[in-house]
Amino acid sequence: MLGGIIGPVVVVLIAVVTPALAAGVARDLVRTSLLLTLPIAISALLVNLFFFPGGHQVLLRLGPITATAEGLEFALEILVRIMAISGAITLFYLTTRPQDLVVDLERRGVSARVAFVANASVQTVPAMVERAQQIAAAQRARGLDTEGSLWRRVRGVVPIVGPVILGSIAEVEERTLALEARGFTRPGMRTLLWWPSDSAQQRIARWGLVVALLSLVGARIAGWLG
Amino acid sequence: MLTLEGVSYRYAGATRASLRDVSLTLRDGEVLGVVGRSEAGKSTLCLVVSGLAPRTLGGTLSGRLLIDGRDAAGRAMHDMASDVAIGFQNPGTQLSGVATTVYEEVAFGPMNLGIGRDQVLRRTESSIDALAIRVLVDRDPDRLSGGQQQLVAIAGLLALAPRHLILDEPTAQLDPAGTRLVSDAIRRLAAGGASILIVEQKVDLLAGVCDRVMALDEGRVTLEGQAESVLANPALHALGVAEPSPTRLRRLATEAGVAARTIEVALSRAATEAADA
Repeated sequence: MLGGIIGPVVVVLIAVVTPALAAGVARDLVRTSLLLTLPIAISALLVNLFFFPGGHQVLLRLGPITATAEGLEFALEILVRIMAISGAITLFYLTTRPQDLVVDLERRGVSARVAFVANASVQTVPAMVERAQQIAAAQRARGLDTEGSLWRRVRGVVPIVGPVILGSIAEVEERTLALEARGFTRPGMRTLLWWPSDSAQQRIARWGLVVALLSLVGARIAGWLG
Repeated sequence: MLTLEGVSYRYAGATRASLRDVSLTLRDGEVLGVVGRSEAGKSTLCLVVSGLAPRTLGGTLSGRLLIDGRDAAGRAMHDMASDVAIGFQNPGTQLSGVATTVYEEVAFGPMNLGIGRDQVLRRTESSIDALAIRVLVDRDPDRLSGGQQQLVAIAGLLALAPRHLILDEPTAQLDPAGTRLVSDAIRRLAAGGASILIVEQKVDLLAGVCDRVMALDEGRVTLEGQAESVLANPALHALGVAEPSPTRLRRLATEAGVAARTIEVALSRAATEAADA
């Protein structure tokens, strides 16, 4: 019955739980991935448990709806896959600085422009939040009401969003000029001052994960995992 | 040497030219100050001399820009970056937006030039020392004050080791100490043979660093000559440019009947005190 979940469980244990424990982020990992996936996990569980088409082995009846063993099996498969995906993404987020990722991508030959866009996207969010806070404070100082009823709050957003977006667009041109003048559009590799360390253990772990992934895919195709 | 020959420039979509028939020669090691009222064409002149207009901004340019005797037409902007560096008025938009520390921000330009790592580090270190921002090197550039960002932005330009430097109001957000650091850096760079064009409202700074000064009005050159004589020219007032402090003091003291020798002694002591500070 549990054949379909062995693969994802093994992946989660080897590729997510073990590195999270080693990095000391297991608690944050659980909290963040639960926060991200709980709504979708609950709905996937309920829908498949009670409405799985072709389920015969009845586990529970609640009025007109019936929970079946086949539905439970399929729901568990879905849940463990969601865990694998959300766990991997959360682990990556918790253990990788955006700057490290971008520099390493650039070192491996990814275009400086692509790396710049990736990095700037991450760094722009806090800057825009700060700008929005400054504009909100300035608008409040001029009498804008951003508190009280929902309608008042919605109305208060408009005079803040406009300047935030228009100001950001105006900055883009000046920033483009400054980047051009600092040689950013020059073709070829930039000189990198540093890059994230890549120890032998890390390389072994990476290749180990690739081998594990291929093995699981092979085992699945061969039918060894049910 | 930077040369403009009869340059006129009109922004894309504009009905009239922002620069009209401007010619200038900026020799190696020379500092040229540019003054004028708002919309006189000062920032446009910076964009044209740096090559950004019309290369990046579009618009229509007539006349020629020569960099070290070579026509800049047809050269790519990244190719000119090691020859001509430009700093703008708003330091926030001059920062790369991707560096997480001031050190990386200053190094951003030389890193783009593809020069050796040792050279990037040497230039970065020397620019950081030139503007006395060693204390900021580990800080996030986006979290600095406007004045600190301005110093970081200028350090980033110095790290390009440009042969020609264009500065558009580089001290707009700086306090007197920061302004002194910038003027010292300009003097050092010029002494090393770089030519520098600086647009500035602080005429005292121009009086201290410039060899020549040019006044623009409605896109045309209206005054040009040795810094001392242009800055003392009464016609500057009509162009919305303030007199340098010593000139104003001399005029006011003379009008009040103070003896010329007394004024010069007072000015000399003021200069000594400023240098000591």
